[in-house]
Amino acid sequence: MNLLEALRIAFGGLLANRLRSGLTMLGILIGVSAVILLVAVGNGASVQINNQIQSLGANVIYVYPANARSAGGVSQGFGTGDTLTMADVNALNSGQQDPDVVAAIPIAQAGGQITYGNQNYFAPTIGTTPDFPAVRDYQLAEGSFFTDDDVAAQHRVAIIGQTVVDNLFPGVDPVGQTIKISRQSFRVIGVFAAKGGTGFGSQDNVVVAPISAVWAYLSGARGGKNISQIVASAGSAGTVSQAETEITTILLQQHQISDPSLADFQIQSQQDILNQASSIATALTLVLGAIAGISLVVGGIGIMNIMLVTVTERTREIGIRKAIGARWRDVLMQFLIEAMVLSGLGGALGIALGAALATEAPHVPAIASSGFPPPVVSVPSVLLAFGVSVGIGLFFGIYPANRAARLHPIEALRHE
Amino acid sequence: MIELRGVTKTYRMGKVEVQALRGIDLDVASGEFIAIMGASGSGKSTLMNIIGCLDVPSEGSYRLDGIDVARLSDDELAKIRNRKIGFVFQSFNLIPRTTALHNVEMPLIYSGAAHRRERSVAALTAVGLADRANHSPTELSGGQQQRAAIARALVTDPAILLADEPTGNLDSASSVEIMKLLTRLNTEQERTIVLITHEQDVATFAQRVVELRDGQILSDRRNA
Repeated sequence: MNLLEALRIAFGGLLANRLRSGLTMLGILIGVSAVILLVAVGNGASVQINNQIQSLGANVIYVYPANARSAGGVSQGFGTGDTLTMADVNALNSGQQDPDVVAAIPIAQAGGQITYGNQNYFAPTIGTTPDFPAVRDYQLAEGSFFTDDDVAAQHRVAIIGQTVVDNLFPGVDPVGQTIKISRQSFRVIGVFAAKGGTGFGSQDNVVVAPISAVWAYLSGARGGKNISQIVASAGSAGTVSQAETEITTILLQQHQISDPSLADFQIQSQQDILNQASSIATALTLVLGAIAGISLVVGGIGIMNIMLVTVTERTREIGIRKAIGARWRDVLMQFLIEAMVLSGLGGALGIALGAALATEAPHVPAIASSGFPPPVVSVPSVLLAFGVSVGIGLFFGIYPANRAARLHPIEALRHE
Repeated sequence: MIELRGVTKTYRMGKVEVQALRGIDLDVASGEFIAIMGASGSGKSTLMNIIGCLDVPSEGSYRLDGIDVARLSDDELAKIRNRKIGFVFQSFNLIPRTTALHNVEMPLIYSGAAHRRERSVAALTAVGLADRANHSPTELSGGQQQRAAIARALVTDPAILLADEPTGNLDSASSVEIMKLLTRLNTEQERTIVLITHEQDVATFAQRVVELRDGQILSDRRNA
């Protein structure tokens, strides 16, 4: 018996019980569409996280102070130490021992209310040096960035991000205006182009000023000349790990530490962060997929159940087929293919439904406005889901089909 | 054509052994039309199952068309049934929801034969049912269903046609029609026909009548 004939018989059997076949298929359909949709949601989150991290600037390496330790040696948490200095930044920028480091900038953070006229808004203020736009990959939309002279002279100038512009300067050109950061006047000399990316840690909600001015006017007695992190950029993604090694060597020398395990700083590259984020996103996708996979198994059991009923109902037909010459494998094939057509068809429809839901979801206003990452349907997940659904038909179809194939013709013919 | 030697069949029903056949010797020559008669419990169904290769004897030998079929496996028996035997059942046993033509084609599908459509149409024509080829069994009368079943039995050109109470579910007019068709197949195409029945007037169509009682042959006579 050839495959075409087997398919014809299988479809005939399924069409004979349309409602039952449809409901059985629904089980697989829901399972597969749930897998497709949830995996797409996981992928979407992963893509969004990656984009956001990439928008922080490519080839970027972060240096944080080590966790400060109390007298008893209890760690006080990530980056709480106070060990990075301007001398470290200058050493990294000297370029003699670290050919792979293009530029390094200090970051001093100050929080505070930003006011302009009667508008006020909260944004973090970053004190840094003129290499900031190059290292962090910011473009200027308007005006200019501050210079080394501004840093040397502690000029109170600031460059603001697009979110700040939108909130403080509706309809006003901000360049040349004076804003107040924690009641200190700063002149706006430039505006960053929007980097896009919403959600956590928006890159556009920022105010940047010379580090000297931040120290002098915003840190107060509390902060002193604190540098919360050094950001360095490597020439390319390929040289990031060399640059990391070079930075470690220089900082160990600067801090006169001979044992690298006692380093009072820690280094993290964009790649490390990316890896961490994508492993979290992958875990998320797997968990979502596994939850949806449970419904696939339930659908498979539904198929097995219905196939057992079908075999019992068609016992006499099986007897007739055996009497006129159907062998074990002919009967096995017939019922196996029927189960696989059920699950395969359910799977194909489930993929269509899941993909349609994933594509349409971002257009639903309630979802679009929530900043929920748009789901991304991946081709491997589609192929896998289809393969798994056909496999489920095979797995859950074998037992009923074998039961049919092993019926004795005489008993099967006697069956009413 | 059919050669049974000392065939016995014993069933176990729980702890009790039932001897359905107690030593049957039977020869059926090619082209014969033979009726096997007997009351219920005489063992004629068991004999039919063995002749039809649906079951194997407990003891004894059975040669069908020169092949010793007594010790074959299930799949080999399926092949013999497909090639050598055409079944006609009391309750027609057509497969529902599929056309008469497809029913007739079924044995050819399992044997993988060529020209299936042409051969099936020819078989339906031989039983006078060509105009109903695309009807499903439920759209056919009892007599027509049985004729479709006979076409299905003939389509593989089998060595024997095995008819188990072929008129048992038919009214008398259809019964006569079916028996005439079988007689014609025997005389015109020289088909070997084994007919199992308990009705005397059905048995009169056959050339030879074998009567069973308690698993043994009681009589074996030729109709005049």
